[in-house]
Amino acid sequence: MTVRGLTPSQTVGPFFHGIVGGGANVLVTPETEGDRVRVEGRVYDGDRAPVCDAIVEIWQANARGRYRHPADRRSVPLDPAFVGFGRAATDDAGAYWFETVKPGLVPFTAETWQAPHINVAVSARGLLNHLLTRIYFEDEPGNLEDPILQRVPEHRRRSLVAARGATGGHVVYRFDIVLQGDAETVFFDL
Amino acid sequence: MTPIGRDAEVFPPYLYEAYRATIRRSPYETLVEFRPTLSELTGPGPAVSAVTPEDADLTRNAGTGGEAIGERIIVTGRVFTGDGEPVPNTLVEVWQCNAAGRYRHRVDQHGAPLDPNFLGIGRCLTDAEGAYRFTTIKPGAYPWENHENAWRPAHIHFSLFGPSWLSRLITQMYFPGDPLHALDPIMNSIPTAEARARLVAAYAHDVTRPRWALGYRFDVVLRGPKATPFEPFEPAARAGR
Repeated sequence: MTVRGLTPSQTVGPFFHGIVGGGANVLVTPETEGDRVRVEGRVYDGDRAPVCDAIVEIWQANARGRYRHPADRRSVPLDPAFVGFGRAATDDAGAYWFETVKPGLVPFTAETWQAPHINVAVSARGLLNHLLTRIYFEDEPGNLEDPILQRVPEHRRRSLVAARGATGGHVVYRFDIVLQGDAETVFFDL
Repeated sequence: MTPIGRDAEVFPPYLYEAYRATIRRSPYETLVEFRPTLSELTGPGPAVSAVTPEDADLTRNAGTGGEAIGERIIVTGRVFTGDGEPVPNTLVEVWQCNAAGRYRHRVDQHGAPLDPNFLGIGRCLTDAEGAYRFTTIKPGAYPWENHENAWRPAHIHFSLFGPSWLSRLITQMYFPGDPLHALDPIMNSIPTAEARARLVAAYAHDVTRPRWALGYRFDVVLRGPKATPFEPFEPAARAGR
């Protein structure tokens, strides 16, 4: 095996919208199993100005906690009506939204679990590498034991937890992403 | 502020002042490190986006029946992981401006002509050997507002997924011999000349098709997992409620 030098990252720039297909932010069909949730929020810069040229990508397990990926070898069933990837470009107000299901618990070690969460990658003009974060759900008691949240200094954990609300009977989780400064979102080094 | 998980000799810092947009968009806080879990060691597969063979020919995929204007080129290469394994069946997406340096995009204000037969968007899946191939036109250079008389060197944007959430890569491919390379803060945000050179495609005469198109080769090497899942974990000393 030849070891090869990694290819560096560059900014996504402001002109990426052609790769974000219409409907890429809707992860569910009528057949998808699980509780429907809308996840929405805005992306802000260090001046609290909306970032209107960001792309937010998510990757998540299905409602039973299974990832559609060969590395997830567990017998937990896949949902034929759920892939788990979505992406959204932010609008002029910096806003994005996804229609998805709340993911199930995901294993951490063979005996321990991670609280339900959605993995997030943020790319934008001005970001030379994308940023990785996670969305947790405020009404999940498992957050208190979640091993990744415990890595995060306590006063910053809130930035990873989406607030639950409802609009017209629909469950909505609010998750703003602050790239810099006060209330900066926790981003991960992986 | 350079993240440990991304080699500091290869990956740009988040804050690179010469590229002004980084100043208010780069995090102040240290990124939080953890050992990748199943969430990061999995990732979206080829199902991200439906792909047709026509999607890989940007000279003809505008749906007009016409052909894009410009110097026709073939861009091909292979996608690998850092340990040299090819990455088959993974989505490669590209986008670019036209031969005159203009994007078909509402925020592009450059006073250069649009080409009705050029969208500037392509996608394909790698084959069993990790190879991808696009037919397109060579993009033009274009001015931008970063500093006085700023011009981006000709480039094609690349988006790749690879085997896991960690292997996601968004980058730009440049063309050999472009005098604008030395003047471009985006390209020069990459710390070393060696790593910058990895983003410059090689002219490949074996890819060039006689009486048809010039060939360029651009291989991509993706980050991989630093560890395997389901390993015991040491909670951070500072954690606690």
